[in-house]
Amino acid sequence: MASLEGVTQHLPAIIVAVPLLAALAVTALWWFSNKLCYPLSVGAGLIALAASAGLFQQVLSYGVVEYRLGGWPPPWGIVFRVDHLNSLILVAVALVSFLNLAGSRVAAEKEFQEKVGAFYALYLLFTTGLFGILITGDAFNLYVLLEIASLTGYALIGIGSGRASLSGLNYVFMGTIGATLYLFGVGCLYVITGSLNMVDIGAILPNLWPSKVIVLAFLLCLGGLFVKMALFPLHGWLPNAYTYSPSVVSSLVAPLTTKVMIYAMVRVTLTIFTFDFAFNKISLQVPLVWLAVLAIIVGSLMALSQQRLKKMLAFIVVAEVGYMVGGFWLGNRAGMSGAVLHIINDALMTLCVFMAAGALSFRTGDDRLTSLKGMFRKMPLTMGAMVLGGLSLIGVPPTCGFFSKWYLISGGIEAGHYGFVAALIISSLVNIVLFFRCFEIAYFEPFSGSAGHQSGPMEPDDRSSTVVEAPADMLITLLTAAVLLIVLGIFSGQIVTRVIHQVIPALTG
Amino acid sequence: MKRLGLIAIMVFGGLLFSISFELPDLGDARSPASTHVSPYYIEQAIHDTSVPNVVTAILADYRGYDTLFETAVIFSAGLACFFLLRITDRKAPKARFYRHLATGLTLRVEKGGRLPEDTKEFERIDSAWVPSDVIINMTCRLVVPFIQLFALYVIAHGHHSPGGGFQGGVIFGAAIILYAISNNLRRTLRRTSERTSALLGSGGVIIYLGTGLLCILLGAGFLNYSSLSLVPGLDPVSARSYGILIVEIGVGIAVTAVMVWIYYNLASAGKLDEGL
Amino acid sequence: MEAITTLIIAKYNYWAVILLIVIGLYAMIAKKNLVKKIIGMNIFQTAIILFYVSIGAKRGATLPIIVHAHGDAAHAIHAADYINPLPHVLMLTAIVVSVATLGVALALAMKIYFHYGTLEEDEIQKKIMDREPDKVATSGEHL
Repeated sequence: MASLEGVTQHLPAIIVAVPLLAALAVTALWWFSNKLCYPLSVGAGLIALAASAGLFQQVLSYGVVEYRLGGWPPPWGIVFRVDHLNSLILVAVALVSFLNLAGSRVAAEKEFQEKVGAFYALYLLFTTGLFGILITGDAFNLYVLLEIASLTGYALIGIGSGRASLSGLNYVFMGTIGATLYLFGVGCLYVITGSLNMVDIGAILPNLWPSKVIVLAFLLCLGGLFVKMALFPLHGWLPNAYTYSPSVVSSLVAPLTTKVMIYAMVRVTLTIFTFDFAFNKISLQVPLVWLAVLAIIVGSLMALSQQRLKKMLAFIVVAEVGYMVGGFWLGNRAGMSGAVLHIINDALMTLCVFMAAGALSFRTGDDRLTSLKGMFRKMPLTMGAMVLGGLSLIGVPPTCGFFSKWYLISGGIEAGHYGFVAALIISSLVNIVLFFRCFEIAYFEPFSGSAGHQSGPMEPDDRSSTVVEAPADMLITLLTAAVLLIVLGIFSGQIVTRVIHQVIPALTG
Repeated sequence: MKRLGLIAIMVFGGLLFSISFELPDLGDARSPASTHVSPYYIEQAIHDTSVPNVVTAILADYRGYDTLFETAVIFSAGLACFFLLRITDRKAPKARFYRHLATGLTLRVEKGGRLPEDTKEFERIDSAWVPSDVIINMTCRLVVPFIQLFALYVIAHGHHSPGGGFQGGVIFGAAIILYAISNNLRRTLRRTSERTSALLGSGGVIIYLGTGLLCILLGAGFLNYSSLSLVPGLDPVSARSYGILIVEIGVGIAVTAVMVWIYYNLASAGKLDEGL
Repeated sequence: MEAITTLIIAKYNYWAVILLIVIGLYAMIAKKNLVKKIIGMNIFQTAIILFYVSIGAKRGATLPIIVHAHGDAAHAIHAADYINPLPHVLMLTAIVVSVATLGVALALAMKIYFHYGTLEEDEIQKKIMDREPDKVATSGEHL
């Protein structure tokens, strides 16, 4: 029987198996009792978090962990391959999904009522899909897990009526195009290499470099992932999908989907096609960084023109995608490290602001910017978390957002790409305007009572002086996320030198 | 927009067309796809797993992890359709209508009253009701058991002939859906309730996942069926064969149940009957 | 002439795939009806499935079920006698995924139909503008 040592050996399998098992158990048990869903889901989230932390520890001490599924060796069977890059992001994803899950009880029960069990099951399946994408070392397997995460995402986003379903269906169309293009790309790779294992393909490809098929495969994989991560011209599905979905859903999907897709881009580029091919053999670097610059500018400007808090945040997500894509394609160590660091930082920052927005709209029943009036007095702690999240998105020093932006900017300067540097600075300035506009409304304008909404879910007492905070569990997880922003900021340097530099090749110096 | 899209797609198609000349010829046995990884499967599958159908061996063993999540995808789809469409808080209708079968008279029962659902003399008439047709009814009654038998054959014989859990499961699900189409949804729901299909759906995936986890408990890796050889009388190779069979049965159950579940929700637009 | 025939026989599978891809994508971009878009999506996915399956073909080979598998130990197995099984396995997964996506897409389309009473995108757009005039429909609404 499995001892503790045996358990640590199977951590990669546990990370995907436990949430999946919990999702199935929740679906089955929920027909008998509604009460078990939440504790079961949180338990599974906690186990996944612990397992990913353990795995991270293993990778730090012993290097790359490889896990053979079914006991078959790599090119024939599927393997999990966990190195510094994905173990780090695994911890971040597990943490974000756990925090959001732990704080979701009241809002989820209010939002989904009897179908709350199905919500938790879909939630767990979604996180399973993300874990699977992060952990796998097989190009085709990535597609399967991508579809798990997407399908559950479609359902979670399209649950509201009217525009939510419409934006959900648009997400289905765009998401399917993206995933299918990726599948096509993997097919092209399979045609010329005969393998599906990422490392194996990476070893075979250099012998075939003159072939045009590789370039096609590269473009298809990358294009598919760009659709999925909503890079600028392909971002159409994102803002509405995140705006009209329930807040428990958007605070799960918004921090994680795009970041995991960026990880997939990094993984596909570095492990399958290798650095040499992507940056030296073909000249996509310059157009991609300029595309990222456009994404940042357009995302920021669109965010300025929004009247609704969640839509504004959704456009900030579009801009942030530009940060990471641009930073990665700068092709130097600082830029790439910044991009990877920004994946985890941005996951937490986005979680923090979306959770705060969820808590606010839980109390006010509305997410228009005007309904923020007087919120500093009404919900001081929630607004405090919002301020921290905002500062981090702007990039103010003690918070983690500053450090990744610092790496990105220095990467831009090093590469001599001043357009990218300018875009980062402009976007930071726009973020200052955005958030201080919110804070101004929330701080200076008095609470307008129930004028903005009729018979909203506001608690009986409407006087502006009373504190009506969000429910306790929501508040605790939100504050944890906010504090983590600073903690992460403090450890940023260590993360970069001890973890990220292990995977980002030291190239141009 | 339309024209721009057309041009973009034509350019994309032209690009693919120009590259198609660099791809290996159709049916070329020396193409990398056929020479790198796949010969191992063809030559060794029978020795490794004792399953003559190589597709089944790869599906459930070499790439069994993919298939686990393939089943999970189907399950997610069922759950997603339920989550999106199912209406849970329907108010009880003002009146229910019942038709007396012998006379064709329709009764209107008001104020929440209802006749017992399983009565032989009356049938409930609502939006899920379909007028019954003797020919269709009788034909389907004859056909359905054979379809189900065939489905079981396809699942069980996946080791030796084309088939397996997905194919058999879909056929079995189709049999139940055929019954639902030829009779009506309400009668089908009495035979296979929504709860049954949801429970079976998750149960099927649990069988698959549970087999994988059992392998960990028995000391080997996740989904490594050879560890099932701890059962007396099994060597590692035939343990793999039985592991594949168990897994295929789980897949069959899950696919059947989820197909039916999706059909219930799509066909009745999530109404099914009142409440959960 | 013969060279062209050989070329066509060698490559026609890719051309069929490309044709299907183009049709599917065009339907998804240009059609206004949501169900037609869903059909286009399915054609697109089917094209990729066809692509994979055609990779697995081998001239003169049979389907990958080993004959004389049990008992006849002296019977050697030659990989060239059987077609490549791997693409078939992969496409079983892709088929399942496309069925699942279709189910979810139809469920969403039904929800949209019940809410707006139509599946034509421009009519839905008009209804949104009528109901919520202060919100300008953004680029996300049309594909």
